[in-house]
Amino acid sequence: MKKFLALALSVAMALSLAACGNSGSGAASAAASSKPAASGSELIKVGVINNDPNESGYRTANDRAMREMFTEANGYEATFYNNNDAAQQIATAQQMIQDEVDYLLLSPGSTTGWDTVLQDAKDAGTQVILFDRMLEADESMYVAAVVSDMPKEGVTAVDWLASQGLDEYNIIHIQGHMGSDAQVGRTGALDEKVNAEGNWNYVVQQTADWDEATAQQITQSVIDSGKSFNVIYAENDGMARGAVAALDKAGITHGVDGDVIVMGFDCNQWALQELLAGNWNYDGQCNPFQAETINEIIQGLEAGNAPTEKIIYTPEQGFDATTISQSDVDTFGI
Amino acid sequence: MPVIVKEPKEQVKKPQESFWKRMTRHQLFIPLAALALLVLFNLIADPSFFAVSIKQNSLGNPVLSGNIISVLDNASELVLLAIGMTLVTASSGGQDISVGATMAIAGSVILRMVCGGQVSADSPCMPILLAVLIGIFVSMAFGAFNGALVAYFKIQPMVATLIMFTAGRSIAAWINNNELPIMNDVSFKYAGTFLPGIPVPTPIFITIFMVIVFWALLKFTNLGLYTQAVGINANSSHLNGLNPQMIKLLTYMILGACVAVAGFIRVSRSGSINYSRIAENIEMDAILAVALGGNSLSGGKFNIYGSIIGAYVIQFLTTTLYKYEVPSTALPAYKAVVVIILVVLSAPVVREKLSHMKRTAGKTVKEAT
Repeated sequence: MKKFLALALSVAMALSLAACGNSGSGAASAAASSKPAASGSELIKVGVINNDPNESGYRTANDRAMREMFTEANGYEATFYNNNDAAQQIATAQQMIQDEVDYLLLSPGSTTGWDTVLQDAKDAGTQVILFDRMLEADESMYVAAVVSDMPKEGVTAVDWLASQGLDEYNIIHIQGHMGSDAQVGRTGALDEKVNAEGNWNYVVQQTADWDEATAQQITQSVIDSGKSFNVIYAENDGMARGAVAALDKAGITHGVDGDVIVMGFDCNQWALQELLAGNWNYDGQCNPFQAETINEIIQGLEAGNAPTEKIIYTPEQGFDATTISQSDVDTFGI
Repeated sequence: MPVIVKEPKEQVKKPQESFWKRMTRHQLFIPLAALALLVLFNLIADPSFFAVSIKQNSLGNPVLSGNIISVLDNASELVLLAIGMTLVTASSGGQDISVGATMAIAGSVILRMVCGGQVSADSPCMPILLAVLIGIFVSMAFGAFNGALVAYFKIQPMVATLIMFTAGRSIAAWINNNELPIMNDVSFKYAGTFLPGIPVPTPIFITIFMVIVFWALLKFTNLGLYTQAVGINANSSHLNGLNPQMIKLLTYMILGACVAVAGFIRVSRSGSINYSRIAENIEMDAILAVALGGNSLSGGKFNIYGSIIGAYVIQFLTTTLYKYEVPSTALPAYKAVVVIILVVLSAPVVREKLSHMKRTAGKTVKEAT
């Protein structure tokens, strides 16, 4: 009886696992439905290799946009694959090239190790378009790269902060996972400014690995040691939220008319709502919607026009709590 | 005929052991010594570390604030995990490495229930306590899954729990419908911050409550004895009428309950969950806490109080490193160095050497005088 119970439990668990696999990450979900309709033009065959949509809200929005764009209705026959592991991505990419996709859309999980794939693609006549993430290869190996300009995101944010005209900037800088593109880009501009200006100081500069609870502990530790600060520069929304939780605990006011300026990145919908409510001051956009641009590039190539530039930056902006509107929240929130 | 009982020679020897030797032999020596060392370091480096002040939080309540309060507060989740992990370690001789992922699942279940399936909600859609109970139930079910693999299918604990370690966060994503739910109601955050009018962080109370529960469980039931017996020798405990499989399964389910409470505290701290990042690598800290507590990682005899102190030592260390603004890139390295020292010191071989060293040192001093 007990053995039966254990078996039943494990079967139930295995089923719930399988159910999850269907709805989200992991296995390649082939969207290549029925063969191209006999009527009219041929469908363009694309293979999309993306990271795991569960990685972050950013990735979820990115993956959704890709899946909504490359559909049969829009003239595409698309195969999607999601995995953070570059080795798995490479294996799938090779499979896709053998299946003779016309375009390989790639968001690499790591920057290296792609030489053979790119060479195979070239030999097979498959055009490679990178999106969101770059890889280390000669520019001639891919048609275009549609990416976010992370250093520019940092510059936009720092320029905004400078425009606030504080007498002194005492900054709690909460960094993302060290070495990631977003961390390097968003840290770069601030580092430069703090080194250049006498009245810009770091109270603390620490990584929270994108984790909310760690960001809260770091901020808490600054409050506990009685140091004064007036800016929180968190490299994503979650960490900004963690830092704000620590401020609330200590009764330190923040946001518009508050003692501390709160800055986040990524433009999650809830974060923009915090801006709208005046609890935060600034949120920098990291645009996940590259699908549109990629579509334009492919349509251009089909018409015989190569893109004029290799690296195409998606437009990104920063939002200020004093000027943000509800429609901004709805349009730009991810 | 009179029976002559010969006394074993060891018994006569025992009282002659020096105080030092007995102390270093004690299981709690290493975690307590580590804690004392950290306290001493902070006292010398900057006594203001221990300053506690009263501040007003944003809701206007007076609350206690200070590094020590932060340590006690932030260690809560780790303490709960360490308690459960100790039992699992003792019974199955292995560790559950899926606690972080299961915390993401439990936290997601609780938050999603309270939010009523919406992305953000301003008031709880169901009693918070009920949601927590459901979270505990779900988490215990996952614990039972792990436990069943270990107990009935005889899979190595680390391999068995690797399944949930890998899949857990995807399950959490599925529960959340790939969204990041937000709960804006103040009452949801009571458990992770402060109850109105009470200046001590609520997680501290929850931890004390759970420690008392486990003290009572070990004191008034045979759980501790049975767990130990199964861990030392599953076959002989079976011959003595225990059901080792059931005991193992039970410890994994108890860990599941601990994980759910820890997950609740964590999501309650800010009213949101980032399931892909929440409690990442906390399983390593939990295992470390068990090891620091002087427990054998291959099962058998255990002491949950050692693990509890171990958990506080880890949090104390983290907070100390934050306070001294150790550069973010170097933080793991510092932690590693301290961990190496502590683990090496707590190794039985070294401790044996240590007690000998003191004895010989004592002898030389005596001879000199």
